[in-house]
Parts: sequence; C-alpha cells; structure tokens
Amino acid sequence: MNNAKKSLTILHLYPREMNLYGDHGNILALQKRCHWRGIKTTVFEYEPQKKLPKEIDIIFGGGGQDSGQSVIQDDFLKLGEKLKKLVEDGVPTLVVCGLYQLFGNFFKTLDGEIIKGISVFNVKTLGGNERLIGNVVVESSQFGKIVGYENHSGRTFFEVDLQPLGDVKKGAGNNGEDFEEGVRYKNAIGTYLHGPILPKNPKIADFLIETALTRKYGMTKLSKLNDDLEKQAHLSSSSRPR
Amino acid sequence: MKKSSIMIGKFVRRVARLKGDGSALPGLVIEKIDRNFLRDCLKSLPKGVVVVSGTNGKTTTTKIIVELLQSQGLKVFTNRSGSNFVRGVIAAILENISPSGKFDFDIAVLELDEAHAVRFVKVVQPKYAVLLNVMRDQLDRFGEIDTTAKLLAQIAEKTTDKIVINREDKRLKKIKSAALVKYFGLSNKLLSEFPEDDAMFSEHHFRVSGKSPKADVVFADFKKDTAIYEIDGEKYEVNLKLDGVYNFYNAAGALLMVREILPKSNPSDLIKALGDVESAFGRGEIMNIHGEKVQLLLVKNPSGFQLSLKSFGKRNYKTMIAINDQYADGRDMSWLWNVDFRTLKNVDVVSGVRAFDMALRLKYDEVRFDKVEEDLTLATEKLMKLKGKKQIFCTYTAMLEIRKILNGRSLE
Repeated sequence: MNNAKKSLTILHLYPREMNLYGDHGNILALQKRCHWRGIKTTVFEYEPQKKLPKEIDIIFGGGGQDSGQSVIQDDFLKLGEKLKKLVEDGVPTLVVCGLYQLFGNFFKTLDGEIIKGISVFNVKTLGGNERLIGNVVVESSQFGKIVGYENHSGRTFFEVDLQPLGDVKKGAGNNGEDFEEGVRYKNAIGTYLHGPILPKNPKIADFLIETALTRKYGMTKLSKLNDDLEKQAHLSSSSRPR
Repeated sequence: MKKSSIMIGKFVRRVARLKGDGSALPGLVIEKIDRNFLRDCLKSLPKGVVVVSGTNGKTTTTKIIVELLQSQGLKVFTNRSGSNFVRGVIAAILENISPSGKFDFDIAVLELDEAHAVRFVKVVQPKYAVLLNVMRDQLDRFGEIDTTAKLLAQIAEKTTDKIVINREDKRLKKIKSAALVKYFGLSNKLLSEFPEDDAMFSEHHFRVSGKSPKADVVFADFKKDTAIYEIDGEKYEVNLKLDGVYNFYNAAGALLMVREILPKSNPSDLIKALGDVESAFGRGEIMNIHGEKVQLLLVKNPSGFQLSLKSFGKRNYKTMIAINDQYADGRDMSWLWNVDFRTLKNVDVVSGVRAFDMALRLKYDEVRFDKVEEDLTLATEKLMKLKGKKQIFCTYTAMLEIRKILNGRSLE
C-alpha cells in the first residue's frame, strides 16, 4: 500500500487547558513528518465532554497549569479506562509533564491533597518545594541522546520496576534523586521534557509514527527525511547551560 | 534621606559606568547603606508614583504616559527602559538628584516587571497603577501564568488611589482593590484582532464572553497609522508615529491613566500629544545606518511575537530573526512553538545563540529562510548588505547586541 492511501488520527488531549510549554510543537512535528512522507493526518482536539473518535492511532497530551489540571480532572478520570485500554492495546502514546503525572496513580501535593490519576503508568508523584527547571540531556538505549527542557515541582517515582525513558546526563529528570527520566511502557512514553520534545528528537516522533502505521497497516519502515536542521538544533540545545 | 548616601551612590554610579556596568551596583550599595533612600526620595513627589506593569508593552506605555504628562507641563521622573527593577530605579534617581538632595519632579512614572513591582510596592506605595496584561512569559522564572496574575493583584492591593486595568484580560478583570479601578478596552470590532493567549493554538480563537465592565477609554478602530479612540463616549482620531497595533492599544491605557491623574486635561490636547510620541528603544525603533533604515522589533514572549508578526510579518522587508537564550531572554525555547509563523513569507537571516531552534521552528511552519548564522555580527552584516527596507525581530539581549553592532557601523 502506498503512503498516499495511509492516514493517521492523532488524539490531542485537552489542547486548551494543557498546552503550557509549546506542546503544539509536538503535534506539528507528528503532522509534518507524516505529511512530508505523503501520509495523511487528522488531529482530533479532545476537550471536556466531547466524545472520543472511533479510531485513534496516536495519543498525545501536554502539560498544564494547576488551574488547567483542575478543570479537566473529573472529565479525565471518566476517560481513564478508555485511555488505559488504548495504551494496553499498544497505541503509541506521548504524555508530557502534567499529563505524564496524571497518567500515573496519583499526585500528592505538599498540603497532602491527593489528585487521582488514571494508573496507566504504575508511578506516583509527590509535590516538591522547589521547581526543577532547566535544560535536560537524557541518554536512552532506544533513542540515543534526548534533549529538552523541564519545569516541574512534582517528583515522580516508580511504584514497581519500570523502564525509564533514559538516564539523566544533565538536569533533574523524574525526581532529581535517581538520575532517571520519564517512563517507557508498551508503546507509551511519559516524560517531563518539553522544549517541545519531538521536533528536536525526531527519532521519538518517527517511533510514534512508525508504530502507529505498523499497527494499522502491517509492518512499516519509514522513509528517511533530511534531519540536518533537527540535528543542529539538538546539538545546540545539548550544549546550553542548565 | 542621608546626603552621604547620595554622594556615595553617585560615586559608585560613576565607577560602575566607567566599567561599562549598568545600573545594578549603585542600587545595591544604596540598599545596603540607606534602606529608606527609595521611599524618602519618591515620597517627596507632590503627585506621587505611577507603576506600570504587565507582560507586554510596559516600556512603550510608560513612555507615552511620561510624554503626555510632560505635554501638560509636569516634570516627570522615569526609569530607563531595561532597568525595570528596584535597583534600576535607585540608579535612575541617583542620576537625577542634586548632591544636596533636591529631587525636582512632580511625579514618577516607573516601569516595573511583575516580580520587582511586588518588591517595590512593599517599600513605596504607588498612588497609581496601570496593569496591561498577563501573558505567558519567562515561565522559567515565574512558573505559571496564574502566578504572574497573582503578582499583579498584589500591586493592585498596595495602590492607594487609582488603578487602570485592561478589561479584555480575563485574569486582570478579576482583580479587586480598595483603590478606584478604571478600565480601558477594545471595541467589539477589534476584539478578534487580539487573540487570547490561551486560545492561540486551539481550534477556536474565541473569547469567553462575559459581562464586561464599562471602559472609559476604548481603542475603537484603526487603519494603517491612524487610530480612533473613544474617550468618555467621544471619538478622537489621531495619526500615530508609534508602530504596531498592540502599541495603539496600550496607548488607550496610557490615555486613561493620564486622564485620571489630570482630570481637567483636555482629551484633544492629549490625543495631539499622543500623535507626537515615537517608538521606544528597540520597540519598533528605526535606526538609520548610512542612509539604510532598519527597524528593531523586540520580541519577548509568544503573544508579543504574534502581535508583532501580525503588524509587520507580511511587509515586503528584508527580515532577520535573532533569538538568544540568556537569563533576560528566558532560557526555555519552547515559547517559539507557541507562535504561529505562517504569515511570514520569507526570512533572510536567522541568528542568535538559538538560531537553529528558530530555523527549526520555521521549517515546521514551512517558512522559507535563506541563511542561518549564529554570530550576530556576521548575521547583521549579511542583512545590511541586502537591498531594501529591513527589519529585525530580536529577543532582549540580541536587541542590545544588534544596537551596538549597528551603532559601531554608523561610526565607521
């Protein structure tokens, strides 16, 4: 089957409430990297009380402010079972920062308040006093060097033995203690890295696209794109101070 | 206020300037030796202190208020742009106070960034405040937009007489104060010209309609350089030297503030004076280098960049974009992805420490660019060699560097 007949539906969770740090760039990276290969995409912007589309090939969710998180909270918990099933079925998924935390079991704030998550990842997040802010470099066995920027007060810990996205070479990562960043589970990635993560780490973008195409159309190998500029931006990011 | 502090302060200021250092050191020294210096100086002003704060437009709004007040015969003290922190204000006072302690002004109009404004109002309670907008900006410093809004609410709390607020900003609209709150706003027609920050990339660029308080000055309409304002229900038309629709809007806030400070002033006189105000340092400022004109357009955050592109992105100018990531610019580059660049036709040079981040951003919006050159001197040279009118969108520290480079060229 040629690419022109292939199309992917990207589910963007709460673009209005959860879009603090350039998350739009992740959607754009997925769209353009499909488009440049002749693959059609449809982005479904999910807002509270909407119905999920029938077909979902990639899931993306970003970070938000505390106020944004409280707006989506109830709606999100209702969506939980469906999202969990999709991830368990192997739908490629990327959740960043706020939604990474809420894809875990819970977020316990400094005041002791528990914000429930949807337990896609068996992780917990504890509120911290100081925000962890700055450039991050991560080394991953699957994707090589990953660059990004973090800005979070929550500290995320694995509740069972899980695979992190990678090891922190610069920055704080999940909790600033164990030098691990993010989580890898089935075809899902949870991470604190915005920046946004996909344009400057095209290997991750292509992993999500390739996995989605393979699930839908059978074994797919993506054609190569010219990523010179991506590499240069990646390089200059990794050389910047914290 | 101790006269010895003035002497010491002035001395430190001279030494600091010889070293090429700006305004931080003298302020630091004075804060250590005379804690009441700032309060004592500003308390002596008969008409008190005006604080201008918000994410975008502080510098230009401050400049407009200063020049409108001056047009009405007032002696106005103000801080230089870029020194919008408490120590910067102290340095500016040292520059303007006589050795005997004479501080000969009627009123002070001070531009302060949100965090410094909060520190400032704890020391000096302003009589007046203008709160312009809350947009995502420097989240690596402030954390969240809602945090920034809380800072502005604290300024409102400390202001004693009158506060001027942008009623179209949903976070500012909620601010309450014991002082009298007055609003400036947009006509229905212009509302859609200013998309809300949160809605920038959502499917719908809508504003949540709600009850709006009455605005005493409304930015009603514009065509090219001509703006129409409604002051107390009367329409006034004016040709502006200022560039950029967002500056036209901030002028409405400035007009209202001046009307509140001088209730007897004649609106037509103020409108006339507004027509004479020129762009502030680096904010649409046009530099003339050997007869070649180049306009500097400071961009600091997504909404500011977006509004700037809306006003200038489609012009047939040779265009450079220069992005740095020093502390004053913000270290986090993700903000570039909250800007929609698709209106730009062609970018000639992309420069700055994060030139490749910017170029990558353009690639994903499929905007053509000719050259990527991280070095600002080489990049500026390249731009200046091109024929035709030129413009540079630049972050704060890039703007300072480019001004230096261009000034160096004009001396050659």
